[in-house]
Amino acid sequence: MGDLILGELEQKANDIRQDIIQMLLEAGSGHSAGPLGMADVFTALYFSILKHNPKDPEWDERDRLFLSNGHICPVRYATMAHAGYFPREELKTLRKLGTRLQGHPERLRLPGVETTSGPLGSGLAQASGYAYASRIPSSPLATKGQAMLQWRVFCICSDGEHDEGNHWEAVMFAGKYKLSNLTVIVDRNNIQIDGHTENVMPLEPLGDKYVAFGWNVLSVDGHNIEAIIDACNQARATYEKPTVIIAHTIPGKGVSFMENMYEWHGKSPNKEEAKKALHELRTLGGKIRAEHE
Amino acid sequence: MLNTKVYLSKKIFNEDIELAPTRNGYGKGLVLAGEKDERVVALCADLTESTRTDAFAKKFPDRFIEVGVAEQAMATIASGMANYGKIPFIASYAAFSPGRNWEQIRTTIALNDLPVKIAGHHAGISVGPDGATHQMLEDIALMRAMPNMIVVVPADSVEGRKATIAAAGNGKPTYLRFAREKTPVFTTDKTLFKIGEALTLWESETPQAAIIGAGPLLYEALLAARELEKSHIGSVILNCHTVSPIDERAIVSVARKCGAVVTLEEHQINGGLGSAVAEVLARNWPVPIEFVGMPNSFGESGQPDELLEKYKMKAEHIVEAVKKVIKRKTDRE
Repeated sequence: MGDLILGELEQKANDIRQDIIQMLLEAGSGHSAGPLGMADVFTALYFSILKHNPKDPEWDERDRLFLSNGHICPVRYATMAHAGYFPREELKTLRKLGTRLQGHPERLRLPGVETTSGPLGSGLAQASGYAYASRIPSSPLATKGQAMLQWRVFCICSDGEHDEGNHWEAVMFAGKYKLSNLTVIVDRNNIQIDGHTENVMPLEPLGDKYVAFGWNVLSVDGHNIEAIIDACNQARATYEKPTVIIAHTIPGKGVSFMENMYEWHGKSPNKEEAKKALHELRTLGGKIRAEHE
Repeated sequence: MLNTKVYLSKKIFNEDIELAPTRNGYGKGLVLAGEKDERVVALCADLTESTRTDAFAKKFPDRFIEVGVAEQAMATIASGMANYGKIPFIASYAAFSPGRNWEQIRTTIALNDLPVKIAGHHAGISVGPDGATHQMLEDIALMRAMPNMIVVVPADSVEGRKATIAAAGNGKPTYLRFAREKTPVFTTDKTLFKIGEALTLWESETPQAAIIGAGPLLYEALLAARELEKSHIGSVILNCHTVSPIDERAIVSVARKCGAVVTLEEHQINGGLGSAVAEVLARNWPVPIEFVGMPNSFGESGQPDELLEKYKMKAEHIVEAVKKVIKRKTDRE
């Protein structure tokens, strides 16, 4: 399980959540619920699952992580900082003039960000195009033989963006071409801007829909780091189909007054709220430490 | 008179001038680009034959990707492939690509600055009987407003072929506009083509107006210039095939020489090549301009020639526009 043991990973996710709160407070705008909800998934990815090198973000044999729902970028930025891509100090520049940490992530600004995203529904298609391109016989990375099997394309999507036609076009495409080198993780947190997903535009039975399009479907507790790692390993071992991991998460996870509140989708905390949130997270951090000692 | 330095077709004003749609140039250029560079891949959204992607698909089946009737997916999948290191060409009708997938092109191709080549086919009113839904007349405006995007409108099938090959090698997001109908092939293999450089097709000894156009309608401009010469009205014709980045130097130079300009395109007057020319001249050398193109209106079913006649884009209308702009110039003097 990489260099960190489970307790350390949980602690890392907690530290990342605290950084998210501080970044958002400093920025004065941005999304809170999604980034907090995905901190465990991002921790699992960057500290256990992904093959990557923070000192060489363009490393040929890295796993590629496409973030489709770009608005949750604070969690990606915070996790990348913790992984060593850039100093944590830089997190304070989020959304400010001249920053590499744009309000929605841009490929040309920050090495290690595979694509520009924000407008929803387009990430899976890009990840699929990338996965497809790597398998064209004349592709340089494909001709390395083993290398092709060793690196994968990952894509993180929100549940809300399943409302977009572009996303389902890509689900069909990846199914048709059996892109088994592609793993998708859906942040199934059941909220979007206008309310609960099942009220705005029902998505269930979500897993069955993917099955119908020829996908391998796994379902995990998105806050169980061990389960997330296991699911990604199962996906790696699936050679016939692309895999979607539906990660059930709690939006705002770790901060009681944000949890499951769709009102916190696109809002940042004020000073008072941030103080309260950080207090809760630090208390939680203490408990995690105590449990694993 | 014709500019002999650009080697236009010897049969240019003959009855038997060769006719071919500009999209044929795309088909040929795509195969040639594919032979030259292994990174070239072609995607199509269920219009492989009519976009002339079929020859490439046959020759390089490993590098042809059918995405189904899904233009948004086509643009975004191509973005992913370009991100990997491919040079993807995506083809559909211009009404759908970039008509339907403009945002995907903006965010995932232009903002990412990835070398995806967007071939918009069946553009302009000359699609004819299919009617207004399929007559894309706003694509140049959509694409030239986008940073990083190169916009090229070939005038005939030979230029279409050259533009396709040039696009494969330019390393930039690029929009190529093609037409369905057969039109005169008036340039030749020897005619110079370079993205970003306008070409003088015709230059009278004492030109009184410059016609700046792009696309197959330039042939109508040549007919108009010949007609005008007969009544001793000199003109210059500039083939401004690259609408973005536009050749400011060439445009300012002909405006200074002639003092009056007529623009010409099978596109809405609002936002197209004419607007681009007006922007350049307003900043550098303001002169009277007349605009030949769609007058802020949708098209309708009809034969291509009937439609060009009805919406005033034929040689006779260019002649009228030239006379009108010259009168505006002399009235001011």
